[in-house]
Amino acid sequence: MDDAAAAAHAGAVGRGRPRRRSLVAVLKPAVFVLALAPAAFLAWAAFADDLGANPIKALEHETGKWAIRFLALSLAVTPLRKLFGWGQLATYRRPLGLFAFFYATVHLLIFAVLDLELDLGDVGREIVKRPYITIGFAGWLMLVPLAVTSTKGWIRRLGGRRWNRLHRLVYATAVLATVHYFWSQKKDITDPLIFTPFLVALLGYRLWEAARRRRLAAVAAPRSAGD
Amino acid sequence: MLIRKPADIPSSEITDERLYLDRRRFLGRAGAIGLATAASALAGSTLLQACARPDGGGDAEDTTTAGGAVVDTPTPYKDVTGYNNFYEFGTDKEDPSNPDNTRDFRPAPWTVAVEGMVKNPARYALEDFVKPSKLEERVYRMRCVEGWSMVIPWLGFPLADVLRRAEPLPGAKFVEFTTLYDPKQMPGQRHAVLEWPYTEGLRLDEAMHPLTILSTGIYGKPLLPQNGAPLRLVVPWKYGFKGIKSIVRIRLVDQQPRTAWSVAAPNEYGFYSNVNPTVDHPRWSQAKERRIGEFRRRPTLMFNGYADQVASLYSGMDLRKFF
Repeated sequence: MDDAAAAAHAGAVGRGRPRRRSLVAVLKPAVFVLALAPAAFLAWAAFADDLGANPIKALEHETGKWAIRFLALSLAVTPLRKLFGWGQLATYRRPLGLFAFFYATVHLLIFAVLDLELDLGDVGREIVKRPYITIGFAGWLMLVPLAVTSTKGWIRRLGGRRWNRLHRLVYATAVLATVHYFWSQKKDITDPLIFTPFLVALLGYRLWEAARRRRLAAVAAPRSAGD
Repeated sequence: MLIRKPADIPSSEITDERLYLDRRRFLGRAGAIGLATAASALAGSTLLQACARPDGGGDAEDTTTAGGAVVDTPTPYKDVTGYNNFYEFGTDKEDPSNPDNTRDFRPAPWTVAVEGMVKNPARYALEDFVKPSKLEERVYRMRCVEGWSMVIPWLGFPLADVLRRAEPLPGAKFVEFTTLYDPKQMPGQRHAVLEWPYTEGLRLDEAMHPLTILSTGIYGKPLLPQNGAPLRLVVPWKYGFKGIKSIVRIRLVDQQPRTAWSVAAPNEYGFYSNVNPTVDHPRWSQAKERRIGEFRRRPTLMFNGYADQVASLYSGMDLRKFF
């Protein structure tokens, strides 16, 4: 669901369209600024030499963490919207997803450019030889078509159904990203472990929803399922 | 490698203490080029000969510096004491230097037990343990298995001193080391991230090797908790985790000892753990390393650049099998 649909939904709740729209108009830029804040802080810290003894590793870790956090945040939009009726949240799903792609891309670039120093042989070898990197790279690759087709134009071009099916790739990405996160730890898996319940809840919600829809569709007269 | 024995240095050459303590800034000013000249003059041949690239080339020109000499600038004190793996105080690199984590740690009074297959087992107060040996400064490269490295001026004495004094019995083949186990002093030991207490081991000939030292200080200052106060092992041709910290027991045994990391992940960490750019860690390459403080990575050297002095210990040994 994109901005137009979100606004329509908000209007359908019947509270006064102009007020809902202007709240979004204020919050959306704020969300953009907040989403860029980690990148800004990291860049500043890098130039101020405030990233500790191994700044490149620190950048790699932090950008990876923010990528998976934004992925989770974007996955949280639909469950929160549906469970609490917060229609205005819908408009944040795309920017949150795109920021996940942004941080994931920076994460990959830091790995390839700063860590492996653009030695494409090294990069290729590591992607192929190290399963956790293969998985991480595969997760990033899956985000590429999602980022490219994130616009209204592409929703129209693909049609809602096909677009929705393509964007289910994000679930696979979330799983791959989590495995990548676990596998990249040396020994202490506390950080990815803390993250896992959120992911399980967010994906579990989809499974539950899908099961519910199948039950309804089986019980009710022929009626097209929701979105 | 730089060994300066106090008795050999004429008083005219002893560095003014102010400069000695301020050496970080001095080195910074002197610049890498100046140090390169000095370093290559003193240690050049060892470093150059030890260079072995994974693709078989044997020259040192590709490592980062002027004139083909490998430059090993001592790592700044703040990095040596601020970027540490010492899970007994937490698993983040900044945890062991965080006073919140080391607040209850007491490096003094300290006892070291020398036990096992020796003629002269004993328990020593640390001062008595160290006293018979002459403390020397050894500037060693330290290569972490994770892929970063440092150059550290250790203050210490040969482990061989201790072993000779203890007089190993004929059947003794290995030396086993044990860290303090006290979760009250070391909060990280409250979590089973590794098997506590941390244990390590060396083959007897590795332990007797002149390069192997027990260290009590860095940059002339006593060890801080994060570096393994008050006594730790340094085996410069092996990955850093072999350098067991805060040692309370040294035991001569006839079986290869359990070591903390090979228990934690036997397919990733072996007993020997010699620095070897041709044998990858299962999850990452060991061919290159990031020298802390440098921007570009550098090739990892066979046996961390000490091949000349230690390769003979492993002649005929399959280093991939015995990793």
